[in-house]
Amino acid sequence: MPKDATSSFGEKYLGGSGGLAPQSVGAKGVETTFIAKHPSVLIFLACLAVFTIGVTILAEGFGIGVISTSFVKTLGKTLCLCLVALAMDLVWGYCGILSLGHMAFFGIGGYAIGMWLMYARTELIVLSSLANAPLPPTPDEITNGIATQIFGVVGASEFPPIWAFAHSLSLQLAAVVIVPGLLALVFGWLAFRSRVTGVYLSILTQAMTLALALYLFQNDSGLRGNNGLSGLQNLPGLDDVPQSAVSLWFFWASALALGAGYLVCTWVVSGKFGSVIRAIRDDEARVRFLGYSVETYKLFIFTLTAILAAIAGALYYPQAGIINPAEIAPIASIYLAVWVAIGGRGRLYGAVIGAAFVSLLSTWFTGGQAPDINIAGVTIQWVDWWTVLLGLSFVFVTLFAPKGIGGLFDLIPRRKGETS
Amino acid sequence: MSALLEVSGVSKSFDGFKAINNLNFSIGEAELRAVIGPNGAGKTTFMDIVTGKTRPDEGRVIWGEKSRSLLKMSESRIAQEGIGRKFQRPTIFEDQSVADNLMLALRKDRNPLKVLFFTPSEADHNRVATLAGDVGLADSLDRKAGELSHGQKQWLEIGMLLAQEPKLLLVDEPAAGMTPAEREHTTDLLVEAAKTRAVVVVEHDMEFVRRLNCRVTVLHEGSVLAEGSIDHVTSDEKVIEVYLGR
Ligand SMILES: Nc1ncnc2c1ncn2[C@@H]1O[C@H](COP(=O)(O)OP(=O)(O)O)[C@@H](O)[C@H]1O
Ligand SMILES: [Mg+2]
Repeated sequence: MPKDATSSFGEKYLGGSGGLAPQSVGAKGVETTFIAKHPSVLIFLACLAVFTIGVTILAEGFGIGVISTSFVKTLGKTLCLCLVALAMDLVWGYCGILSLGHMAFFGIGGYAIGMWLMYARTELIVLSSLANAPLPPTPDEITNGIATQIFGVVGASEFPPIWAFAHSLSLQLAAVVIVPGLLALVFGWLAFRSRVTGVYLSILTQAMTLALALYLFQNDSGLRGNNGLSGLQNLPGLDDVPQSAVSLWFFWASALALGAGYLVCTWVVSGKFGSVIRAIRDDEARVRFLGYSVETYKLFIFTLTAILAAIAGALYYPQAGIINPAEIAPIASIYLAVWVAIGGRGRLYGAVIGAAFVSLLSTWFTGGQAPDINIAGVTIQWVDWWTVLLGLSFVFVTLFAPKGIGGLFDLIPRRKGETS
Repeated sequence: MSALLEVSGVSKSFDGFKAINNLNFSIGEAELRAVIGPNGAGKTTFMDIVTGKTRPDEGRVIWGEKSRSLLKMSESRIAQEGIGRKFQRPTIFEDQSVADNLMLALRKDRNPLKVLFFTPSEADHNRVATLAGDVGLADSLDRKAGELSHGQKQWLEIGMLLAQEPKLLLVDEPAAGMTPAEREHTTDLLVEAAKTRAVVVVEHDMEFVRRLNCRVTVLHEGSVLAEGSIDHVTSDEKVIEVYLGR
């Protein structure tokens, strides 16, 4: 401690001369706007906008057709994965909760919207096939027809209770938010209240997603067992609209959700709330003695990120066309953590970059597009070896580049006073 | 004088070992108290019990005018009641700036929603700057707390405690690792703070305690061995035997 500093503090305190506050600090940051304080938000939104417009122009739907519809879907899905990675970064990178179960919430979001898509489309099919019958069909006949169509594969012909709201788009949209939100709230309340932390919490979240996946794998789970829900790319009543257009609608919606999610997350992690959750990440016991209810903060973040993940899932699966229980296997959530680690946790754009980079690379490698390599008679087929490469990258990043890809941005000199 | 904190008949065992044994302790509203005792006497455990970190096996801990028990309250609730604590090792948030650390501690609503929508007013910024000045960190407001020296970290933590505006301040070995000059200022600060609130200082160093010039409680094997002025306790035979004689 500098000599003059030590001598001044005692005098100031003892003298009670609080008015000696340095002028430069007083009004700092009070009047600057949110965007001005967070220039990275503007850069991110600009990049996202340029990307969205670029893809739209190049796509088949309304543009020049350089990008295939299936690739538009891949890009749209990637945006959804970026959104769930944002959620992961918020809960893990900022609040220090290494949840290895957030893809369960992503999956639940997908199932919730998938139920409506499947119901509504099957209803139209059943209605048109019954239209030629001599007598107009009774409501019961219609319902039974839909149920037989949907649940025939699992040998059932009646709607399970959880499909009670499947006829209503607005109720299923509400379910996208409410079901994962409630699950996260209850699970988080039980776990955080008992002060389960660290690796034990990670294991508990793995158990949660495993239990959910195993339950859904059963034929009598009410969600078609391992068949899952399919045909989700077809929007009910819009059979005339080509997939090239539908794919762009979902692409735009995904971009919009990602942009909005980025704004929400930036807002949450900036300011005093962000300060509290980063403090919880670094030393939660100390935060308690400052008078903050750590459990409540964790529960808030856990639930908020579960909802974000569910929204991402609800946009993802209509683009994927199918959802089944394998999607919420424990490994999916581990991959999510790997993306965030590789992209750089504790910075929001790092999570986005990690998810986009790794998932697109994964598509490329596992899609058979990467050329096989022949080393000393051993052929490396990327479809199999990609996971090995990913695992090695993860180990490398953890050991040698803990800031991940996002850490590269630290090499760019910043103007003083900027915060990201 | 009505007691601000009253600890009576408190015991706590760890695996059969009685760390705190039928401890009685009380402190008034604006009082400075030193707690001394050899290593392992139970000084830190005593603070753990008062702040809710450790639950005692038996006994009562009564707080404030309304005489409420602290034993059923969570750590954060107890902190909100007005008990601030400084740990033996400096525990600050190294990844955040000095200003952020102080802002975090500033006495404000701790409700998550209130915190989410909180924007610091100019008065808040001024208060943070004043506190930083008080602990000699006025020039370091924008520095990361992790970059501070050991002594500065101790100061920052004391600044955070003052920012909480607690009614009772529990300070665990504040002078550890400080230079003589820094110790002197710590003394000044604690004496000043005790004019408006209760302060309990756990300390090893007898010289430091002497300079505090206050009532002293000597702990030994988890209970009070002697209590009184520094001269009184240092002339007590039992105290000399277990503590000073070594
Ligand atoms: N969590 C714990 N588990 C087991 N033993 C403990 C625990 N906390 C303290 N103790 C024991 O209680 C005794 C008192 O410790 P402490 O309060 O830290 O002493 P002091 O701060 O006076 O040096 C020590 O013998 C210590 O080993
Ligand atoms: Mg101790």
